[in-house]
Order: sequence, then structure tokens, then C-alpha cells
Amino acid sequence: MIRAYRTPIVLGVIALLVLVLFGLIGSDGDSTFRISTSGDFFTVPDLVLPSRGTALVLGVVLLVLAAGAALLVRRGRRVPVWLLAVFGVLAVLGTLSWAIAGGTLPMTQLLQGSLALAVPLVFGALGGVLSERVGVVNIAIEGQLLAGAFSSAVVASLTGNLYLGLVAAAVAGALVSLVLAVFAITYIVDQVIVGVVLNVLVVGLTSFLHSAVLDSASNSPGRLPQIEIPLLAQIPLLGPLLFEQTLIIYLMFIAVAIVTFALFRTRWGLRLRAVGEHPQAADTVGINVARTRFMGVTLGGALAGLGGAFFTLGSVGAFSQEMTAGQGYIALAALIFGRWNPVLATLAALLFGFARNLASVLGIVGSPVPSQFLLMLPYVVTLIAVAGLAGKVRGPAAAGTPYIKG
Amino acid sequence: MQLELRGITKRFGAFTANDAIDIVVEPGQIHALLGENGAGKSTLMNVLYGLYQAEEGSILLDGIEQRFSGPGDAMRAGIGMVHQHFMLVPVFTVAENVMLGHEPTKGAGVLDLETARQRVREISARFGFGLDPDARIEDLPVGVQQRVEIVKALSRDAKVLVFDEPTAVLTPQETDELIGIMRQLKEAGTSIVFISHKLREVRAIADVITVIRRGKVVGSAEPTASSQELAALMVGRAVELTVHKQPAAPGDVALSIRGLSARNAQGTVTLDDVDLDIRRGEILAVAGVQGNGQTELANAIIGLLGGLEGSISLEGRELIGRTVKQVLDAGVGFVPEDRSHDGIVKEFTIAENLILDRSDRDPFANGLSLKLGTVRSFAEEKSREYDVRSQGVDTKVGRLSGGNQQKVVLARELSRPLKLFIASQPTRGLDVGSIQFVHEQIVATRDAGVPVLIVSTELDEVVALADRIAVMYQGRIVDVVAPDTSRERLGSLMAGVVA
Repeated sequence: MIRAYRTPIVLGVIALLVLVLFGLIGSDGDSTFRISTSGDFFTVPDLVLPSRGTALVLGVVLLVLAAGAALLVRRGRRVPVWLLAVFGVLAVLGTLSWAIAGGTLPMTQLLQGSLALAVPLVFGALGGVLSERVGVVNIAIEGQLLAGAFSSAVVASLTGNLYLGLVAAAVAGALVSLVLAVFAITYIVDQVIVGVVLNVLVVGLTSFLHSAVLDSASNSPGRLPQIEIPLLAQIPLLGPLLFEQTLIIYLMFIAVAIVTFALFRTRWGLRLRAVGEHPQAADTVGINVARTRFMGVTLGGALAGLGGAFFTLGSVGAFSQEMTAGQGYIALAALIFGRWNPVLATLAALLFGFARNLASVLGIVGSPVPSQFLLMLPYVVTLIAVAGLAGKVRGPAAAGTPYIKG
Repeated sequence: MQLELRGITKRFGAFTANDAIDIVVEPGQIHALLGENGAGKSTLMNVLYGLYQAEEGSILLDGIEQRFSGPGDAMRAGIGMVHQHFMLVPVFTVAENVMLGHEPTKGAGVLDLETARQRVREISARFGFGLDPDARIEDLPVGVQQRVEIVKALSRDAKVLVFDEPTAVLTPQETDELIGIMRQLKEAGTSIVFISHKLREVRAIADVITVIRRGKVVGSAEPTASSQELAALMVGRAVELTVHKQPAAPGDVALSIRGLSARNAQGTVTLDDVDLDIRRGEILAVAGVQGNGQTELANAIIGLLGGLEGSISLEGRELIGRTVKQVLDAGVGFVPEDRSHDGIVKEFTIAENLILDRSDRDPFANGLSLKLGTVRSFAEEKSREYDVRSQGVDTKVGRLSGGNQQKVVLARELSRPLKLFIASQPTRGLDVGSIQFVHEQIVATRDAGVPVLIVSTELDEVVALADRIAVMYQGRIVDVVAPDTSRERLGSLMAGVVA
């Protein structure tokens, strides 16, 4: 019984927290949300809301939503995704209005930064989707990201061509996943163990090369230029977010669309999913299971590697040791939260990126919330998302199981 | 299309699974391959389907020699297979499963789902299957899934169709329908290979019967041959097909189940208000198609199932809420349906497996350690008594044949003082000789005055053993009937029809 009501209970607790912590005992003062930037067509005025009042109203609305969810469960129905999404957005707004009481929150920067932080997560999760959908558990996303970050920096520095750096990142990611594939598919080693070992290996290797070999000439690739799409870039809020970005972010949107279409609408995708669900069935209709798995895993690695390039070419402009800092594991969480679906996984990655960026923006704005708490925020969000709301999700049936013929 | 297998030999290491097998299947003929489990029928068919490569011999279609390096080649040559364990992706739709491997596209690899649906509807209509191309496989009953397998083969223009133990998962009605479908296919000129160990079905449908024993063709027979003749050919000696038992002398009610209900993790009802009484000295057999609550019923009694409502009382003592150990100690013997997972520990020796349930007490253990001498002599005694064929009691159980493994399980469970004996699928996968032995032991247990509960999906076994038959459908006991009830009536009950 309790299990069935898990989602409504989690929602209810969050709603009460917003209502009590932020509403009843919250701080006074106005919260200002700045929506426009200087380059926009027209200026949208700042949104000024009384902090406590807003939290109170939102808290009540959240409670109603939680009650609605409980009602649905009682009637034996599932809680729809849109309800969870609306709940999430409102809960975040409630938290924000409390956190910035008396200050001003630049929305554009907040969202822009979120997107940037989400880029490696999206690529990593997409790579994971391909790998797991074909039946190989990919714990090595972290290693693929890091390998991509490293090679893109080195190749771009040495050739002086940033785009060659991107290619190198994809190749490096593919190579890491190829090792995973060889051990997991050909030698039937436990996939989780190989993945973890690979992550450790890539950390060691790149750290060693970074300190022993790299110098300022081979680790100064520079950053990808921003490509501004005329007119569209001047829309308030959305313009700077979607149409004034680097190539790698445009590539990300394209990749999401292509992976989704390929997975569900093409012969290639049907066969890939069949191999991940029931390899024997695929084998008996003449599909080469091992080859399909190699293809899926390697392609996934290439995508994750591309995501790694964002750390260097997309943001910092140089490689530093262990710069992926566990984002590969968060990508894995996004993949599971997104139920092995490329679009949902992308949304999950964006959510995690938002949580992380919120922590740093609030720190800059000077919110009354202690910074240690803010640093914790993204991981709390991840935990609630994966454990509380994702519920019992079913991944590809054969993921993690090697296929032995006969 | 004519199919000829000539001198097929397939070895696995030192073991010869197929030994120079010759078979000719004529066009429009139903050719039955009869043999016990492990006789080499499935190996032969996997060779034919390109899943295994034969060491010797050749496969000819219409007189032309074929080389199959994989199932893809075999399918292209016109061979289709309806597998015993369906080769269907549960989360895909019917149309997706049927088109997998030879998908129609609109160019550039984009799936043409409409054409695929049309193809399913067309073949389905030709045989009156009534398949919905957009239904998900996991939502369909087993009998319908099997039709999807048939459509899958036919959509590739299979001229030779292999049915590997197709009736194992079907109700009697579904079996009749399948036989009708096979006749229809035969009329349309398809050559059919029908693999089975069920004499009744083979005699009902085959044009020619080839019997295989220990990897060799040991003879062929006309469908007019008697069951006794076929069984003798299959086993290599005369066998007793009926179970000899005296009429039951039922005593008092020993096990009494009232209002037993359970749900699984998904919230689906698996046991629905079950009432059942079993008396001392009678065998009550639970019949039903796999997955209608029989497994849950046995597990509920033994204490493996949580969240139960109702009551299960054994000689007046409530069993619900007790641990498995407490239930066993209360005098319940249990032969689980999945022998190799739940009945034995494969990596343990025969001796260790025989005392799994009593490893903590007299006479096999004192406070700290096992009394290995006692364990050993007990094992030797039981091995003799139950005719466990092995190289000694230190042999790992995993290396024994299925029949000998089951004897170990029986020896362990029957060597305690019992107040109730439960056996789930007691003869699944066993050879005829072992089946006979197991049946004798079950009857002897009954005759010793113990109430016996048998769960079996083999209707023949249920009818042969039972003093009363309880038929389960969707978690309910539909009816409790006498063993001489007609098969038609039993079949309807198994399909949930109460007439």
C-alpha cells in the first residue's frame, strides 16, 4: 500500500516543506526576477514578487497537486508525467522566491548556465541510452567524457583547429567504449566491473599525461566561438538561451533529435532495441547480436566523448585533472530517471544542470541560504528524482546480460 | 518443398547429440519427431535452422545441398521455426516482431509500419488468427503469441515449418486449434516437422513418425501404431504408461485452506479467494495452464509468499505467518517446480543436498559441526533406496541427470515424518523411466496416509495420479472434479469456462 502511494507522499512532503519553511517561517522582502538582457528586441519588465506570499500561494497549490496525485493513485491510475513536471517547476519557483528574498535573480544567466552544465550530461545520457538499449550497461560514461575532454584539448591545441578537437573527442569516447565492448561482449566480463575499471583507468591515464606530458602549447586549445543566429537570438530569455550558443550545443539538440528518430523510427533502431530486449529472438531472425552491440556501444561512446569536449572547448578552454568530477555518474542517473528514452533523459539532464547552476547563481546573488546547503542541492535533486519519483522503471530486458549463442 | 537431412552428426565435446541422422520430409506432409527429453530432437532442429553447425552430414532442400552459417541463411532458404520458448520481444508490437530482420522501409532505413501491419493482417486473415498488429506481445495470451510466431515464419515465405514442442504451454483447446492450424498449413503445401514427446498428439496429427533415442533414429512408425508401441520405441524397452494404484482411502481433512488471496508485486491478483481441503491418504492434483496461480498456491503453503489473506491450517495449526523453516518442521515435504534453482544446490554433493533441511540438528549435527560420518551413511542409504545413479555420494548434484536430481529431492523430502506432501511439476523434463519411479513414490506416500498435493501442467499426469482434481484459472479454483472427468470438460475448466 505504502509503495503505491510513494509518489504522492514524496510530493506531499515537498509541498509542506515549501509551505512551512519558505512560506510561514520564510523571510520577508521582495524577490526580483530579471528576465530581459540588453540585446533584446524589447524589454520585459522585472518580475517583483513578495517572497513569503509567493511561497505561501505556491505551497498551497503544491499541496493541491499532491492531493490530486493521491486521488489518482487511489483510483488505481498512474501519476501523469505532466503533473510531476508542473509540480517540479512550481516547487523550484517557491524555493527561488525564498532563496533570493531581497535580491535580484538574473533569469537569463540562470538558464544559460544551466544549459551549459547540462550539455555533458545530455551527451553522456544519450550515449548511455544507445549502449543500454542495445544491452550493455555503460558505467563508463564518466571515462568517456574525460577521454573526450582530454583528447579534444590536445588535438585542438596541436592542430590549431577546434573542430578537429571535436572529432578527436568523439573518437576518444568511442575508443574507451570499444574497450568496454570487447570485454563485455567478446570476453563476457561483468559489465559493471569493466565500466568502473575503465573510469579509474581514464582518470589515471589523463592525469598522468596532464602532469607529465602536457605543457602550455599542448593544452591551450581556446574556446569554440558563439554562433549567433540572426533575429532569433534577440528574443527575450529564449534568444540568448537557444540561439546564441556554440556549435557543440547546437550539435546536442541535433543529436537528441537524431537519436530519438533513429531509435524508434528506423530499421537500425528496431534491431538495436530488439538486441537489447531479447538477443536470442534477434539472433533467430538473422540479426548479428555481437556486431549490433559493438555498433551501439561504440556509437554511444562517441556521443559521450563529444560531450566531454564541452568541458574544454566549450567552457574552460583547457584540460585539467579529473575535470569531469563525477558528471558521468549524474548522466547515468539522468538516463535512468529518463527511463532510457532520449528525450526524457535530456529533460532529466537539463533538470540536474539547473539544480547545479542554481547553487552557484544563488551564491553569487547573495542569498541568505548557506553555501554548503546550496552545494548539496544538485545531488539532493538527483536523489529525489531517481529514488522518489522515477519509481520502478524497467530498462531494456537484456541490459547487463551477455549473449552466449546456443 | 522437400527437406532431407542426410547423415547429420553433431557432437558437443565427447558427447554425440546427433549420430548420423537421416530424415526425409515430403512436401505437404506432417512429419513427427518423437523422442524423450534429451534425445537430440532440438539439437537436430537447431542444426537445420543454422544455430549449430553439424560435424558431418548435409541438409538438402528439393535435392539441392544447403550451407547454413546462421538462422538468416536458413530463413532465406525457406525454413521457418516456431520455437518452444517464443522468440518474441515482449515490449514490441505484433507487427514489429513479425517484421524484425526483414523490415519494409520507406527508403533510407525508415520503417514502413503500415506495410508491416498490412502484412500481419493479411496472413492473419488467411488462417483466421484475428491478430491485432498493434497489440504488445506481453499483453497477449500464450496461445496468441504462438500464432504470432507462426505468422513471423510465414511472412518470410517459409516452405518448411518446424514446431518445437509447440503444445507444452497450451490448454487442450488451444492444442486442438493448433492442430487445426497445422492441418491448414499442410493443405497449403507447407512441409511440417512436429517435435514432441507427447504420444497422443503425435498420433493425432502426424503422417509419418520418426523416433529418436540417444541421438539416433531408432525407427519409424505409422500414426496408427499404438501408444505402447511408440513408447517402447522411444524408451527402448516396454514401459508402463498407466500408474498403478489402489482406490484411495481418504481419512480426515488434514490441510484446510480458506479464503486464500494474494497479489504479486505489480498488484495483480494471483490467488483469488481459494478454498481447498485435502484429506489424509488422498492425492489432490491441481490442474491448469501455467501461470494461473498454481505456483503461488504451493509457495503460499510453504511460506514463500508474503501479503496473504485468509487461512491455511494443517491439522488445526495456522501456517500463514510462519517461516519456511517452521512450515517444513511442522511436517510439510515440498518438491519445488524449478528443481535446478529451488530444489537442489548444484555445486553441493549428493550427501550435502540430502541434509539441506536438517543440517543444523540431530542426527547430522551437534552444536558446532556436522557429523560427516552420519551424513555419509545416510546419503549412501538413501541413494540405494531411491536408486540415485552416480559415482558416489560425493558427486556434485549438478552433474546428475534431471531424473537423478529429482530422486535426490524426493529422498530428502520424503525422509522426514510428513503431515503433508507437496510436489510441483514432479516429472517435468524427466525421462520415462524416472517418471515411473517418481509416480510410484508419490502413490506410496499417499498409501502411507499422507495427504498429497500435486501441481502439474501435464494433464496426462494429473489424470493418472489424482484422486481428485482441482482446476485453477486466474487464481481461482474453478471446480474440483473426479479424475474420470472427460478431457473436454477439464479443458473448458482450464480455460475458465464453468458449464
